[in-house]
Amino acid sequence: MSIRLVKPFQALTPENIEPIQGQLGVYQLADANGDIFYIGYAGGRSLFGLHGELKGEMKEQGDNEIQFRCEVNMQYISRYKELLMLHKADFGELPERVLKEYPHKIGTLSPGR
Amino acid sequence: MDYQLSEEQQALVDMVRRFVRTEICPLEDNLDPDAGEIAPEDSERLKEMTREMGLYGLGIPAEFGGPDVDVTTQTLLAFEMAQHRAGLYNPCYNVFGGAGLGQLYEATDMQKEKYLYPVLRGEKISFFGLTEPSGGSDPGRAIQTRAVQDGDDWILNGTKIFISGADRADFGILFARTSEDKTRNGVTCFLVDTDMPGFHVRRVVHTLRSTHYATEIQIENLRVPKENILGELNKGFAIASDRLSRFRIPYAAGCIGVAIKAQEMAVDYVKIRETFGGLLASRQAIQWMIVDNEIDIRTSRHICIEAAQKADRGEDFRTEAAMAKLLGSEAGGRVVDRVMQIHGGYGMTKDLPLERWYREMRIRRIGEGPSEVQRLVMARNLIGGSFH
Repeated sequence: MSIRLVKPFQALTPENIEPIQGQLGVYQLADANGDIFYIGYAGGRSLFGLHGELKGEMKEQGDNEIQFRCEVNMQYISRYKELLMLHKADFGELPERVLKEYPHKIGTLSPGR
Repeated sequence: MDYQLSEEQQALVDMVRRFVRTEICPLEDNLDPDAGEIAPEDSERLKEMTREMGLYGLGIPAEFGGPDVDVTTQTLLAFEMAQHRAGLYNPCYNVFGGAGLGQLYEATDMQKEKYLYPVLRGEKISFFGLTEPSGGSDPGRAIQTRAVQDGDDWILNGTKIFISGADRADFGILFARTSEDKTRNGVTCFLVDTDMPGFHVRRVVHTLRSTHYATEIQIENLRVPKENILGELNKGFAIASDRLSRFRIPYAAGCIGVAIKAQEMAVDYVKIRETFGGLLASRQAIQWMIVDNEIDIRTSRHICIEAAQKADRGEDFRTEAAMAKLLGSEAGGRVVDRVMQIHGGYGMTKDLPLERWYREMRIRRIGEGPSEVQRLVMARNLIGGSFH
């Protein structure tokens, strides 16, 4: 079992967001090339869970060609931190927007491939 | 029978209770219900306050710069510090500072300089690496991590699991088998830096507890100088054992603190919530739950304080500490469960802290030695010897 999020990205469009329910979980946003530029979560204070968060992202991103993938997960905080650590392990640093939003020390993982 | 607080203890308890209610709880109103951290600027501001209160670094012995507060008073304060949403695993978000690894107070001067003092200054973070996939309840026999001497160094290989904080730590204590003895007598305690080649945190171990996760560590040909042996060769388990006993009292106190807060919520709620034309408070089924909660809280609190008092008197407190841990964690679970029942549907939601306490409290019956091991410890102390 991979600890990374490996499912394919989908275009961040109303049609693709529609089936996603208001559950707790984590998500990643990537540009048209598949480069991840944001990792977020739908937590206990997110209105309409993942559905609401992704809808909000879609509004914020406007006409940009954005992709997303998400995972329903009740343990969204530890999974979120795990995804941040994996991103740091894979790419050396966290996405800029994450750094602004998450001012805490991130742990170090040495995950296998 | 209840423990009578001295005037000084009462003043400290009142001060910490006020602090939790006026400084910690309001912050949580704006945090995610599963959050385990507050903003760095809030953390610094609150640490400044706890320093002014003279309570920063509560568990640190006075000779190392900590406030001179006895175990009983620390326990009374621990009841208070847990009384908020994150209070079970992150009491007051650590703004009262931590004592670090207790074993380091017995370290060599060189080890204290490199590891203990930076921790006390808040410059370094540590972890405690005991449990392995082969078992955690009987670690003395289950440890399979091996350390083999190579000149002045030791080479370590093995795996550790359920280790909190290893991913963020600068160093930690690792227990490894250093002789052919398969019992606890062949285990040695090593201080290892997390940037040493061969130290890997392989994954986050997700549990019921979302924010304070555990990790799995893999150690591959980790070279550790002999100066990093903590205590004596092959006698590392005594270090682990001492830590396990000492930590049972505050561990129990955290459970009891949460139970006290949950009971307070229940008592408030039953006086305003109506069903079938009457207040919940008037229903005998509810009254009995409230009474059972109080019995659970008072009995576990009493034993917890007794354990702390024995520790303060320098007496053997292992039986009482094990009893406090067992009672505190089991009673805490029952209380939170009943309070959820009283709150009905709202008790299940993330609007209230109960569902978080429910999940986290379940772990407390297993963490730091499950209830069954606590019974074993008590039986061993009561009967004497070790029977298999």
